[in-house]
Amino acid sequence: MITSGKKATLLLANGMEFSGYSVGKQGTVIGEIVFATGMTGYEETLTDPSYYGQIVTQTFPLVGNYGTNSFDKESDKVYLSGYIVREWCELPSNFRCENTLAHFLEEQNVIGIYGVDTRALTKIIRESGVMNGAITTEENFDKEKLLEEIRAFNIVNAVKSVSCTEPKEFKSKEGKRKVCLFDFGYKYNIREELLKRGCDVTVVPYNTTAKEIEKMDIDGIMLSNGPGDPNENVEVIENLKEIMKLNIPTFGICLGHQLMALANGAKTEKLLYGHRGANQPVVDVDLDRTFVTSQNHGYAVIADTISEDLGYVSHKNANDGSCEGVKYKHIKAFTVQFHPEACGGPQDTSYLFDEFMTLIDGEDK
Amino acid sequence: MPLRKDLKKVLVIGSGPIVIGQAAEFDYAGTQACRALKEEGLEVVLVNSNPATIMTDKAMADKIYIEPLTLDVIKRVIEIEKPDSLLSTLGGQTGLTLSMQLAKEGFLDSHGVKLLGANPETIDKAEDRQSFKDTMEKIGEPCIPSRVETTVEGSLEFASEIGYPVIVRPAFTLGGSGGGIANNEEELREIALNGLRLSPITQVLIEKCISGWKEIEFEVIRDSKGNVITVCSMENFDPVGVHTGDSIVVAPAVTLSDKEYQMLRTASLNIISELKVEGGCNCQFALHPESMEYAVIEVNPRVSRSSALASKATGYPIAKVAAKIAIGYSLDEIVNAVTGKTYACFEPALDYIVVKFPKWPFDKFVYASRKLGTQMKATGEVMSIGTSFEQALMKAVRGAELKVDSLNMPMMMAMSDEEIKNRIHPADDVRMFAVFEALKRGMSIEEIHNITMIDEWFLGKLKNLVELEKWLADGELTKEKYNYAKKWGYLDSTIENMSGQKIPEEFKRSASYKMVDTCAGEFAAETPYFYSTYDEQNEAKEFIENKDSGKKRVIVFGSGPIRIGQGIEFDYCSVHCVWALKELGYEAVICNNNPETVSTDFDTGDRLYFDPLTKEDVKNIIETEKPYGVVVQFGGQTAISLVNYLDELGVRILGTQADSVDAAEDRERFNEVLEKCGIPCPKGETVFTAEEAKESANRLGYPVLLRPSYVLGGQNMIIAHSDQDVDEYMEIITRTKLENPVLIDKYMMGTEVEVDAICDGKDFVIPGIMEHIERAGVHSGDSISVYPAQTLSQKIIDTIIDYTGKLAFALKVIGLVNIQYVVYDNEVYVIEVNPRSSRTIPYISKVTGVPMVDIATKIMLGETLQDMGYKTGLVPNADYVAVKVPVFSFEKLHNVDTHLGPEMKSTGEVLGIAKTFEEALLKGLIAAGHKILHKGGVLMTVRDTDKAELIDIASKYEELGFDLYATSGTANKLNNEMIATNVVSKISENKPNSAMDVINEGKISYVISTSAKGRLPAKDSVKIRRKAVERGIVCLTSLDTANALADCIAMNKTINDIDLVDITKI
Repeated sequence: MITSGKKATLLLANGMEFSGYSVGKQGTVIGEIVFATGMTGYEETLTDPSYYGQIVTQTFPLVGNYGTNSFDKESDKVYLSGYIVREWCELPSNFRCENTLAHFLEEQNVIGIYGVDTRALTKIIRESGVMNGAITTEENFDKEKLLEEIRAFNIVNAVKSVSCTEPKEFKSKEGKRKVCLFDFGYKYNIREELLKRGCDVTVVPYNTTAKEIEKMDIDGIMLSNGPGDPNENVEVIENLKEIMKLNIPTFGICLGHQLMALANGAKTEKLLYGHRGANQPVVDVDLDRTFVTSQNHGYAVIADTISEDLGYVSHKNANDGSCEGVKYKHIKAFTVQFHPEACGGPQDTSYLFDEFMTLIDGEDK
Repeated sequence: MPLRKDLKKVLVIGSGPIVIGQAAEFDYAGTQACRALKEEGLEVVLVNSNPATIMTDKAMADKIYIEPLTLDVIKRVIEIEKPDSLLSTLGGQTGLTLSMQLAKEGFLDSHGVKLLGANPETIDKAEDRQSFKDTMEKIGEPCIPSRVETTVEGSLEFASEIGYPVIVRPAFTLGGSGGGIANNEEELREIALNGLRLSPITQVLIEKCISGWKEIEFEVIRDSKGNVITVCSMENFDPVGVHTGDSIVVAPAVTLSDKEYQMLRTASLNIISELKVEGGCNCQFALHPESMEYAVIEVNPRVSRSSALASKATGYPIAKVAAKIAIGYSLDEIVNAVTGKTYACFEPALDYIVVKFPKWPFDKFVYASRKLGTQMKATGEVMSIGTSFEQALMKAVRGAELKVDSLNMPMMMAMSDEEIKNRIHPADDVRMFAVFEALKRGMSIEEIHNITMIDEWFLGKLKNLVELEKWLADGELTKEKYNYAKKWGYLDSTIENMSGQKIPEEFKRSASYKMVDTCAGEFAAETPYFYSTYDEQNEAKEFIENKDSGKKRVIVFGSGPIRIGQGIEFDYCSVHCVWALKELGYEAVICNNNPETVSTDFDTGDRLYFDPLTKEDVKNIIETEKPYGVVVQFGGQTAISLVNYLDELGVRILGTQADSVDAAEDRERFNEVLEKCGIPCPKGETVFTAEEAKESANRLGYPVLLRPSYVLGGQNMIIAHSDQDVDEYMEIITRTKLENPVLIDKYMMGTEVEVDAICDGKDFVIPGIMEHIERAGVHSGDSISVYPAQTLSQKIIDTIIDYTGKLAFALKVIGLVNIQYVVYDNEVYVIEVNPRSSRTIPYISKVTGVPMVDIATKIMLGETLQDMGYKTGLVPNADYVAVKVPVFSFEKLHNVDTHLGPEMKSTGEVLGIAKTFEEALLKGLIAAGHKILHKGGVLMTVRDTDKAELIDIASKYEELGFDLYATSGTANKLNNEMIATNVVSKISENKPNSAMDVINEGKISYVISTSAKGRLPAKDSVKIRRKAVERGIVCLTSLDTANALADCIAMNKTINDIDLVDITKI
């Protein structure tokens, strides 16, 4: 990559600057800077709605090696705000490659920066926690003014911004079960895993109510992943309290897991810098087995707030012991913090979708 | 699950001598395993025939047997030591195969020994071709169409079914020995025959050839609970068809999308789960470049060369974790030593890219076929780490010590476009350089891809380097250009050459260092493991500042890739030096680039720099470390060649100074030293041209020894008997530009003696004198070496002691010195002095009990021999005789003449220890893999000058009951002496009953073959020797060896009659 692009700057809320070059769209964008450690799956990361409002740094230095394609998207478009890489690949190579990373970012209106020492940046975030920042391609930007804006930035209405507004149905081949998938910013592969298992899936908006659910005659509820602070979703939490009373088998992932916990009176906390990668070990307490999982979250359910009456922590992060899953006692529900649907990342916990099927089928009998 | 309570005493089997396909990586794995076991308070019993290893060190195990790795020996060790368990998966294929045999025979059960690591069922499922295929089919993992065959006819039949080309893979052989790709019936006939013979169970797999697919590997770990993780993925630059040990490899895989990556990752986990491996496992896949189709190529249910690479590439200690799993722990119980915060069930995330580059022995074996295929040929490898592929590749190439600092290879630059096109396929050792040259000449990526099937991604990266170099050469050297070149791994000197301009001082920048932490920066790690790059932040510098212990820092330079002449023994020395430094209260810093070794384990030194050992790379490290001193004495020629440069930089060199090294290497200065000491040496001169050489040779009198003045492992050395020999040699050597003169010496055919000594400037100590069985003329590394010397008179020994002291003092040696003598007509002559550690240090340290490297290190830092209780002179002989026997990898290298000479050919060594010389020799020969038979035939074909001397030897074999066979000249001579000898015809005569026929008929147990000239594969003598290799017949190319072997056979003992020795009790 001999041709250097236009200069670009990454400005952090603490005033630190990294200079690099522009990739993708030009302009200025502010967001919450997080780092992701997966070594493959950048297209999945880019199209994961959970990154809404965030500027994502890839810790692996070579990004775009296999280009992008139309099969690996996890949503209709890119929701993250900005993208930071050390190096993007001009000559990607893969039989499914349709586009270079740079073109893709441009098409998706994503402002990116390359040529940054992403390890140095990662270490800053690791030490100080998630930090706001901005990428700008302006040569003479007003640093003080931009800093003010950076510091004032907050991700709001995240779920609403990424959720669909109308229900949409997807038919499976076998049509064995009907599942309603709450779209808090769901990843396509959650839907695919359900379709694969013979579930007809109705994707519904985030604010769908218990009454609406009741009318749908469904066998199971899938609470999806999604962006932002779970506590912000007051309306959804209230809805869930009602929905639980319908006693429909429920499986929650990531934000869905957090919202379910909040609806049951448990609490969540913001992690210093979250878990974002494809290598997080999680212990399944029931199986006494450790699985490698794909993760992307900045908030977590506080384990102590899951009372004995409510249920138990079914999954724990093997590294920091944080809560990675809950099995509820009084309702037919279990939720996990990580991503059993993978994409990107390991498929080792896809068995949880099978467990969801068992939960549903047990109900029929 | 915690440590199993039923384990107290574990037997560990090592991998034996270094051969192609099984090298230092198993010393690394074995050492890690032994340490992991000892950490748990278990008693460790070790058996390994390789004395040059760290794992056979007293610190590593409680009982150590340096004994032949045969079933009988292991059984006896089990009977003596009564271990309760056997760890099978850390000693390479050798250790695994032995363990499996012991288990299958029921020997382990009947002796109450539990098999740890893998069970026979697992091993069979992975290694027996048919059961592997069945297993894969059962779990739905695709295999390549293939069938197990036990005959040549069956092989031909199946091949015609699936179509050519086909790959032949013999079952249970090392590094794929005897395999190959057959394009037609004729080729298959030959390869299948050879493969069937080499396979211990006479089985080959005939397989559809999928050359051109991507080759991807995963390193996987599983525990007894069933937890599974992948440690690392790797992608080969060379597509399927080139053995992975001969491929340039990158980690992690780079051209796979997440879908493909996860598909293969999941397949790996399915495979290891089905095989129920408890420990490490390597899975190799072929992935179709234009679809999601893939096939499992091979699974190794044990630690391997790839797992060593993966460990170094990620910082995840696979062997250590595998050992802990074997004794009961699960992955979620083992803390990741790198972060201290995460557990072993965490998959490493990399934030850099790793390149592995093989090191081939073709500089030594000029007639060997350089073509790369399914048979591994590399002796070693280097690894490099960078923030870009370009940077990592550039570091790997210069670290491989190929005499190039970029991808521009002079040989390629001289070729025509057509020649270049022909060089890019099929693959050989310099293929990448040809590809680079092709790109430079404008050949398109697409065209090269179509010919080579190398992925466009790699070609695109090489093209980047082409573009950069053009840019550098074009116009003024700007700061932007300079910075670009630095980030892509170019040395300042290379940038100056390419741009034709001096780099302005204000541009120049020193490398910064980043940490290898297994987690891409997610957690604060404490690993002192660094690589260089060009960024602002210098993590090594911060590390040093934050952790400043107030201790003085010393850098130890390692020995780079394993090659013939510079093997694992230098790693042994480097590691011992580090240990000694730590013990003395210094901070020991290692710089090395060999991923197979113990020295590059991140917890060997206080800090590890995984970088090449070139001047600039070393200078950068020095700028960051600001060491008190540096050590170059233990890293072989690689490290010692830095000494002048380091001296110029003003760095404190610990031990022998640069000037002394120069005095020993510079011919004239060395002669002055000898003269001053009154020590004779063979007469010699220096010459530049063939004419000068012939004049000089005639003045000295033939035979003469010719060699370049800069020598490593006897590179390009010959003994010339005539003007014609001199002409031939000078023609070869002057093909490349002669910068240094050629040395020509009177060749004295006497007894060769070798001494390693330690000197502190006041006193010197010789732990032992070694005598070579083969007389001078055979390279010391290829000779059978005996300690203590067996035939020298006290007067000679006294002279050697006297000369050693004089030379050590005259050369101002502080530390180690290795001196080679020749005893000729009762006179002692000096052949060579190396003021550094040598190949024999580990073995002599172990058998004499004198920790030479420890002592030398202490001396460098000011202690004296006297302080340590050593007296000047020779240490009294030990009670045992130790015989070091070289081991060759001739089966792996077709067309290489096995005749030993002044040029070193062995890749490794074994040791035999016993009460008598003959017993020790027998052990050594058996350990080296020789089939010692007490009956059969001896085929003799020797050069004229050897014929007279052969008589006594032949008569010994006759008395021992062997049938003698010889070609007419030799046979007549022997028959005239009343030694009944059968006449065989020469191969070239094309008559019945030829030398080749008697070998093929299985009549021959030993071949004694010497020739005045060899090397050319077309010669009869070379053909006979090659045939012996192929048929596994002991072939002796020196009469001295033949004589010693006869004495050994005359004992009429087998290995079972000789006591086993626990060397910790010596």
